[in-house]
Amino acid sequence: MTASDEAVSVRLGPVDQVPVGEGRAFLVGDEPVAVFRPRSGGLHALRAICPHRGGPLADGLLDDEVVMCPLHNHRFTLSSGECVSGGGVDDVAAYTARDEDGELVVSLVAP
Amino acid sequence: MTATLGTGQEAGTPALDRAKLVVVGNGMSGARALEEILTRGGADLFDITVFGDEPYGNYNRILLSEVLAKAAGAAVDNEDADGWDPDELYLNPVDWYAENGITLHAGVRIVRIDRHAKVVMGDDGSVTPYDTLVLATGSRSFFPPMDGMWASRTELTPGVFGFRSLDDANGMLDHVADARTAVVIGGGLLGLEAAAGLQAHGLAVHVVHPTEVLMNQQLEADASRVLRSKLEDMGMHMHLGVKTSEILVTDGAVSGVRFTDGSDLACDMVVVTAGIRPNIGLAMVSGLETQRAIVVDDRMRSVDDDDIFVVGECAQHRGEVYGVVGPLWEQAAVLADVVTGADPDAAYHGSRLTTKLKVAGVDVAQMGVKGPERESDEFVQFSETGRGVYQTVIIRDGTLIGATLVGDVSKVAALTQAFDSRSALPEERVKLLFDLGSADDAASAADLPDDTQICNCNGVSKGDLVGCVHGGAETVSACMDATRAGKGCGSCKGLVREVVEAALGGAGAEDPADSYYVPGIPLDKPTLMHEIRTRELKSLSAVFATLAPEGREDVGSKMGLTALLRMMWPHDHVDERDGRFINDRVHANIQRDGTFSVVPRMSGGVTSPDQLRRIADVADKHDIPMVKLTGGQRIDLLGVPKEKLQEVWADLDMPSGWAYGKSFRTVKTCVGTDFCRFGLGDSTRLGIDLEERYKGVEGPAKMKLAVSGCPRNCAESMVKDVGIVAVEGGQWQIYVGGAAGATIRKGDILATVDSHDEAVRITGRFLQYYREQANWLERTYDFVPRMGLDHLIAVVVDDVEGIAAELDERMQEAVDAYVDPWAADQQEATPGQFHDALPMVPLPQVPVRSSEGAPA
Repeated sequence: MTASDEAVSVRLGPVDQVPVGEGRAFLVGDEPVAVFRPRSGGLHALRAICPHRGGPLADGLLDDEVVMCPLHNHRFTLSSGECVSGGGVDDVAAYTARDEDGELVVSLVAP
Repeated sequence: MTATLGTGQEAGTPALDRAKLVVVGNGMSGARALEEILTRGGADLFDITVFGDEPYGNYNRILLSEVLAKAAGAAVDNEDADGWDPDELYLNPVDWYAENGITLHAGVRIVRIDRHAKVVMGDDGSVTPYDTLVLATGSRSFFPPMDGMWASRTELTPGVFGFRSLDDANGMLDHVADARTAVVIGGGLLGLEAAAGLQAHGLAVHVVHPTEVLMNQQLEADASRVLRSKLEDMGMHMHLGVKTSEILVTDGAVSGVRFTDGSDLACDMVVVTAGIRPNIGLAMVSGLETQRAIVVDDRMRSVDDDDIFVVGECAQHRGEVYGVVGPLWEQAAVLADVVTGADPDAAYHGSRLTTKLKVAGVDVAQMGVKGPERESDEFVQFSETGRGVYQTVIIRDGTLIGATLVGDVSKVAALTQAFDSRSALPEERVKLLFDLGSADDAASAADLPDDTQICNCNGVSKGDLVGCVHGGAETVSACMDATRAGKGCGSCKGLVREVVEAALGGAGAEDPADSYYVPGIPLDKPTLMHEIRTRELKSLSAVFATLAPEGREDVGSKMGLTALLRMMWPHDHVDERDGRFINDRVHANIQRDGTFSVVPRMSGGVTSPDQLRRIADVADKHDIPMVKLTGGQRIDLLGVPKEKLQEVWADLDMPSGWAYGKSFRTVKTCVGTDFCRFGLGDSTRLGIDLEERYKGVEGPAKMKLAVSGCPRNCAESMVKDVGIVAVEGGQWQIYVGGAAGATIRKGDILATVDSHDEAVRITGRFLQYYREQANWLERTYDFVPRMGLDHLIAVVVDDVEGIAAELDERMQEAVDAYVDPWAADQQEATPGQFHDALPMVPLPQVPVRSSEGAPA
């Protein structure tokens, strides 16, 4: 882990507070971040607000690759935040999330 | 042959107190009457004995033409095929009789009834006592007297066939392989079916009919001409206005026919379909009144003998003898009501006939009178012979009394409804036959300017879609994915399809995904359900792991699959919360700012001052930004943050109104009889009972209902998924497939029922069938026209598929599995279930209005 990572990383408590297959929202500094635990494993973090109309991404359904905003079904890849559902919607910022000994750690840097 | 296939009771326990019911005739009428009797508890009332002179269980005579025709296809596909699979043909196999404790004597003919001794005598010497006797002897082929027809008193000349029984059909099948030319005598419905069946086997087929009008029972001359030209286009030879005088026989077998004008036609086989004659010999020798058939009263009893009932083609009621299946069912129900005492006053009043058929591949529908009969009758006629389409309607005093459709029967559902319900007709009568489109409809997709907005939800223009096609998209769904057209309310999907197909030059790639129930699993719904059931897949992950390509999860399939699993395994599906849409995870409706709306149950729209006070207190306590009535007569508390939901539910102390799910939502009602001076039925009570029973039942899409207490329809029942209207005479009309949302559609009449309980039951059965058969997100307004009203009536009301009891049972299971989600999820089911998903960020606020309607 580099020093610059250190500056923007936040420990958010037990990983288990995000149920498998779902997302939960956290505040990392001033940034709202949605953390996802797909059933296939791993952790992903995206900015929690859909760039289309401000929908809450942490409430969206997800599979192993994308999360779908609950308001208008726009889809964003979990790994990069790219909008893959068409209609000219911006991508959403992707951050780094990891499991450190059962603790959820999010860094505001691209994964 | 005598086969005794059941003893009627357990050995050693003679049921001395049970009356003896004997049924003579084991065809469709006899079997139907028996089924109706059994469903009314007849097995407990009677020792039942059935006589049939064919050596089979009872079979569906209507399918005989398929037996004849389909065996042709099977023979081509498979050299080993020995014809039709008989299992599909039987209505009740012989096992059925044993299972129901019925004694079946197949192959025994009853030759006399001794009405004084109350016994029937068989041609095997048997004497069987009865207390109640049902005659269902049906009818037989009529063979007009003519030289060469008979080889002996009982045997037809080899190569001559009737078309009435399974033996007839099988006899023909044995014969066709060596035959080249067939003559069908009689151009009625049965004759044309036989002709088509024989043609399918590669024979040259000639139809000989004594008048110029084919199917003259059903059709008038112009309709018949259109049908004739279609059949001739298919290669049939028609000899109309011609009679056969003789069947020519060479070496003991058919070699041709001779017409009355003296000309001959060589052939290898002759099928005689010159009409049917009721089998009334038994009744005549036993002293019952017979005219054209056995004369019965409105209770389906012989007019001479209160213990003898008659049903089907051998019954003559008010001068009418019916030869189609619809009336037979109505008669069987009345008979069963009377015989079992379920309704001793049940009465049959005759049937209005509607016929919908495919005659040799040509659609034909006919109802009521064939042509105008009085000077004042209105007659609308449309004929397009080139396309083989012919349509008429006949209207008397503003009521549809007849219609004929040949070649294009797309309007048959609407016409049948108008005919059955005698409902009001459009001023422009021609609208009965055609959708006279507005300017919008008339313009075809190809003619629209590029800047026309196609999808009004997502602002997608025709140009966007066309651009997408030019960019390489090959399917409608690819264009929808790329542009999001059709992904809002969905009402533009049809237009999107037209535009894309036009842009693709009308030859878009077939998109197999169109038939998938959900996009992530390449199976249609019946196959998917079959796989889930046989593999006992009870969780979403198991379904993906087992059935999805590479076991891959698909976000767009989760809701649909979750709903399907909950429907299929009401008691023991594995609840994976991540398979639910957010609404179903927190039992409230997500709004545009990420807050939720809360709608408590208010069954049938009825509330109380106490409830209103409580709702008001909750709104005050939690600073609810907006309190609003919903379109379904309930109160919506809008703008509740997720973390406050449980507290709001607890303070309300009311059950969930399910305003958020793809589920049974609400039953809108009018006042009905309690206060309304026009009310005919207690719509409020029925609405409450429906809502209490079916609350929360999940489906492929939301289900909105209404009950109106009279045809003024204050609850707007015509435009609901299920809408029920009280009509004069204590009856309820059940409409299905109505909508007044993204799509506007008037519902179709599924049934008219006599009681509150029946309305509740039919509603449940329809909803269950919809749950099992509809595509994901397919509302009833698409489902009903897709399945066809006739089909739905047949399955849901008339139970022709015999699945009604199972549907009722599965719906009952869903009802039994009901749990109020607000009570169940007062504790968190998953960590953070009720945590806000957008923490501490200024939200795009929903404007809050004061009660005066101005933004606050």
